Amino acid sequence: METREVIASGNDLVAMAAVDAGCRFFGGYPITPSSEIMHTISDLLPKVGGVAIQMEDEIGGVAAAVGAAMSGVRALTATSGPGMSLKAENLGLAQMAEVPVVVVDVMRGGPSTGLPTRVSQGDVRQARNPSHGDYRSITLCAGNLEECYTEVVRAFNLADRFMQPVIVLTDETIGHMHGKAVIPTADEVQKGIVPRKTFDGPPEEYLPYGVGPDEPAVLNPMFKGYRYHFTGLHHDAKGFPTEEIETCRKLIQRLEDKVMKHTDELEKNEEFMLDDFNGEEGEILIIAYGSVSLAAKEAIRTLRKEGRKAGLFRPITLWPSPAKRIRHWTDMVKNVLVVELNIRQYTEEVERVSGRLDLEGLYKVNGRAISPYEIVEKVKEVF
Amino acid sequence: MAFNYDKYLRLEKMPTLWCWGCGDGVILKAMIRAIEKLGWNQDDVAVVSGIGCSGRFSSYVDFNTVHTTHGRTVAFATGIKLANPDKHVICVAGDGDALAIGGNHTIHAARRNIDINFIMINNFIYGLTNSQTSPTTPQGMWTVSQKAGNIDPTFDGAELAIAAGASFVARETVLNPKKLEKVFVEGFKHKGFSFFDILSNCHINLGRKNKMASAMENLEWIDKITMPKKKYDQLPEEEKLNLFPTGILKHDKEAKEYCELYEEIKKVHQGKRAKLTQDDFEKKI
Repeated sequence: METREVIASGNDLVAMAAVDAGCRFFGGYPITPSSEIMHTISDLLPKVGGVAIQMEDEIGGVAAAVGAAMSGVRALTATSGPGMSLKAENLGLAQMAEVPVVVVDVMRGGPSTGLPTRVSQGDVRQARNPSHGDYRSITLCAGNLEECYTEVVRAFNLADRFMQPVIVLTDETIGHMHGKAVIPTADEVQKGIVPRKTFDGPPEEYLPYGVGPDEPAVLNPMFKGYRYHFTGLHHDAKGFPTEEIETCRKLIQRLEDKVMKHTDELEKNEEFMLDDFNGEEGEILIIAYGSVSLAAKEAIRTLRKEGRKAGLFRPITLWPSPAKRIRHWTDMVKNVLVVELNIRQYTEEVERVSGRLDLEGLYKVNGRAISPYEIVEKVKEVF
Repeated sequence: MAFNYDKYLRLEKMPTLWCWGCGDGVILKAMIRAIEKLGWNQDDVAVVSGIGCSGRFSSYVDFNTVHTTHGRTVAFATGIKLANPDKHVICVAGDGDALAIGGNHTIHAARRNIDINFIMINNFIYGLTNSQTSPTTPQGMWTVSQKAGNIDPTFDGAELAIAAGASFVARETVLNPKKLEKVFVEGFKHKGFSFFDILSNCHINLGRKNKMASAMENLEWIDKITMPKKKYDQLPEEEKLNLFPTGILKHDKEAKEYCELYEEIKKVHQGKRAKLTQDDFEKKI
């Protein structure tokens, strides 16, 4: 793959990725620490004929993006935790009506206004179910500058593949980190674009929601001769509201199955220094994601130098969680440490899929990043 | 010959869920006649609705239709319009949609003067959810959430739209379908944000407990509280208090439209013109 070197911040890389991935609409609202995404994309989009609008509030920001996406355009909104809380309502509509939209959440301390300028991973649990009802959220988590670019590109392709919102979590540390990143060229990204499926038969035969039991809706762009209906109500194959018992059941079951029967297409993990693990006593498995994994890797290097066999499992797709891989590693290794900038938000998922209740955790919720030193000390303390 | 609506209706969705004698159908038909008169292609029109009885509007008409969340109608429509500036976008919202939960979106869509046609069906009550107070419910009327009488002051949506910057604002009632069609034609033609405050009856959920239990009684009340703007303007101030003027209340043909302004932004970023400054705008503050 052809790559290029850029010097940029994580937030800038998000904006660049979106535009390179074919995004032509941004709707947003200022919020720390994500605002720079809007600042940058409001320069980039009009250059390529797209539109970036600062709406009147977070709700309007996501609504405009979903509206544009309904019309057939790739669309983005970006925010932080308090904004996610507000956007939840319309993300629910996008789940129900199967509208592909990408949401970037640059996490800061919470709950509520929390610590606006400081780092956290407090939105991990929220990202799993931002809105009420049954559906499966797809959530990716960038762990370094490069991934602020590559995961946003992947999010756009997944949104069109699964026809639903895709959330990309970054955090204040990565969003505001400024440095060199080696990323694919725009040409490479464009070659990899997989646009949403469309129907090209006669309009009278078009059934946007009349798809297989584990398939996403096939939504044609608006204004092209295929007039249909979007709604947040339970709906039939044509998109019209219905309360018919079987139709309602099948719709919600399909929202579940279209994701959960295809998790292999979503799963993405990094396994760092786990090659020489073979289940022997003394091995230390660290599970971390996002910016925390940068510290975890440094800690692992230190531990290795000191003769301790440590390695990292890092989920890049957080939701649905990589249950099989987590089970594989947690079955093999006795000592597991989960490191998070929240209190047990992903640990509980690791417990659930591993069935283990003896996981050690290092949790930090004071708005400060975790240092490699803290992780090394914790390992020495508990293992 | 009578107008044939069939082409524009999703006939398999008929009859509507609206109560017998509801004014919403009158508005729907007037909108269709206006679209026919303007010769718009069905494929080029998006109809976006919110929640409530008016929310069902979009499912009955054969255009590109969207039934959104409560109050967010025009925010979704803003995305659709900005991404497709050459298409026609019509919002249909109730008074609760437009002025309560979605008030902020209404204000800012009007302020931007984006070329969206916003039909507010104003029946003075939350109808679908059984008679709760709406922002337009007259003070002193019975509502199920204020059974002792509504004490919340009545909101004038048209005045709000004018103040917020909508460049076309009209008010009509379902009593006069011809006039309704006419203001729709004028507003739809207008380039900019067009706001229609359309007074409609809800004899079931407003009227029943407020001494106008039939459609006719409810409509007579609407007739009593409205007056054509020309006549209204000649009244002394004290007599205007309990009346709503009807007709076109504002029509500013000079106001700049948002999508067109955004085209200038594109030109700036594409190096085709200099950055916008205050000199580009008539209003400097």
